Amino acid sequence: MAVAPPAPRRSAFLVGGIGLTAALLVAGVFLPKWLTFLVTMAAARGLVSLGIVLLMRGGVVSFGQGLVFAIGAYAAALAFKRFAITDAVGLACIGAATATLLVAPFAPLLSRYRGIFFAMLTLALSMVAFGVLVKTESLGGSDGFNMGRVTVFGQSLGDAHVGYVLYAVTIVIAAVLALAARFYFDSTRGLVSLAVRENELRVEYLGGSVRRVMAINFLLAAFAGGAGGALTVMSLGHIDPNFSYWTTSGEFVFVAILAGWQSVLAVFVASTVLEVVRSFSSSYFPNTWQLSLGLFLLFVIRFLPRGIGSLWVERSPSRRGVASP
Amino acid sequence: MSIAATILIDALSYASWLFIVALGLTLVFGVLKILNIAHGSFYALGAYAAASFVGWFATMKFAPGWSLVAMLLAAVVVAALVAPLTERGLLRFFYGRDEVLLVLVTYAMFLILEDATKLLWGANPYYVSQPYSLFGNVEIGPQVYVGYDFLLVALALVVGVAVWWGLNRTRRGKIVLAVIHSEEVAASMGVDVSRVYMGAFTVGIFLAALGGAFTAPMISVQPGVSVGVIIVSFAVVIIGGLGSIPGAAIGALIVGLARSLAVHLAPVAELFSIYIVMALVLMVRPEGLFQQTQARKI
Repeated sequence: MAVAPPAPRRSAFLVGGIGLTAALLVAGVFLPKWLTFLVTMAAARGLVSLGIVLLMRGGVVSFGQGLVFAIGAYAAALAFKRFAITDAVGLACIGAATATLLVAPFAPLLSRYRGIFFAMLTLALSMVAFGVLVKTESLGGSDGFNMGRVTVFGQSLGDAHVGYVLYAVTIVIAAVLALAARFYFDSTRGLVSLAVRENELRVEYLGGSVRRVMAINFLLAAFAGGAGGALTVMSLGHIDPNFSYWTTSGEFVFVAILAGWQSVLAVFVASTVLEVVRSFSSSYFPNTWQLSLGLFLLFVIRFLPRGIGSLWVERSPSRRGVASP
Repeated sequence: MSIAATILIDALSYASWLFIVALGLTLVFGVLKILNIAHGSFYALGAYAAASFVGWFATMKFAPGWSLVAMLLAAVVVAALVAPLTERGLLRFFYGRDEVLLVLVTYAMFLILEDATKLLWGANPYYVSQPYSLFGNVEIGPQVYVGYDFLLVALALVVGVAVWWGLNRTRRGKIVLAVIHSEEVAASMGVDVSRVYMGAFTVGIFLAALGGAFTAPMISVQPGVSVGVIIVSFAVVIIGGLGSIPGAAIGALIVGLARSLAVHLAPVAELFSIYIVMALVLMVRPEGLFQQTQARKI
């Protein structure tokens, strides 16, 4: 049904991705501490939004992605605290795997829903998790709990360079998942997702299983979101049930819309933009930062309906001439 | 026996204000096809405005009974000032876009209104206890209930019947139904669709503000009241079926009962009982209880 992407395109992404990652790693040495922390947060949270973009390509938006974010973060923090697993990469894998496993039973169910119903059902799931977390005293209840300092490949991290190392780990994991997402988008199943977005019934008539595509997309989004949650909690050092609250999910959707569904890089650019807007407005106008965020979001929806990714991604020939929806 | 009665009356009073708020949400969705996240912000605006109005009435030495008028007035003022402004000034630029994108537009509105409310009324809580004590206590058997709860039930009944009557028995209402059914055909028959939109949106916001104004005496009015209400009223309309008035009523009752059962029998489950019910209903009837399945367009 779909043609594999031409080889040069694939290797171009690979070279570009590795180059950009290397550049970021070098730049991190010279960046001030607050900025490396900001970029770390942006990359880790960007992974959750990457999952939403993946779902958006199939035509659905999850308003409850805070769920997998929280599962990933709690799994990593608990593995650290209870089982003394301290390796950063290992914890990220645990976060991603746990999030995927725990939401797996819901995937076949959710794959039946579209539009607002999908959004609301995912929202309900994340709010149930929030309620459970708030009431679970052994997990710290509404206060959450602190997490100690992780290690990387058996090395403990000193005060001087812990920020940079976590930055590097986050950037590398985010880059790997971003490249994987790019390749998935260009794969047959990734392209079928776009077809589902355009017209489900035709996909079914052509022999594709829409529900399987949706379920797999949901699981992949959970994997990315879980990794993002684990990476976030490692840098923050603290976790609480707000990770699963609907306003947290709202921010992830915000970034996904800001990014648009065409470009993977745009997700991380958008995530960084949000972190910059958040940290600047909370220090310069602490009382109105939500207001600025809202105005910014309206501006994007009005004037960049296809997201900032549309600024540099050329429209593909098949869509050229079609009025944007 | 008495515990059952308590649960039932708790559920009823919770369901009544929830029904008023959810009715506004479902009306706006029915006509404008917008799932309005900012609905809770209008609820909060109503509550804050009621706090201010009741305070002013008290300082002007009106009799305590006038505080009910003050609350009603607060809802009217919020609807008349804010609804046309947001609909004409913002929402109309996004009509016809994807439903989920419209949800995000209202999410942006919610963020803006959240801070705007804080700027206007500050971060300190307001208490409007006056109307609450107005109705005293009602003794049923050995149990004592707050009279104000019964006022809410009566208000919900009046509002529900009024909206139903307005939609089904008046000329304007039938025009609104025509627009819900097909706005293109309605427009070609000479209906001014954008006016219907503005009218329906204003009524929807009025209901949110009314719900907020009349619950203000039962809660402390402070930042964050909007957030909880949004999600709960979403649950109500999703359970009942988007755009359905009986659906909103049944949904509110189900949610009220679920919450009340949880509060009295299993307090641990209070926070998420509502969402579990909503998820269960969606699993069995994805379109909600009172929504007809729609044909898919090929």
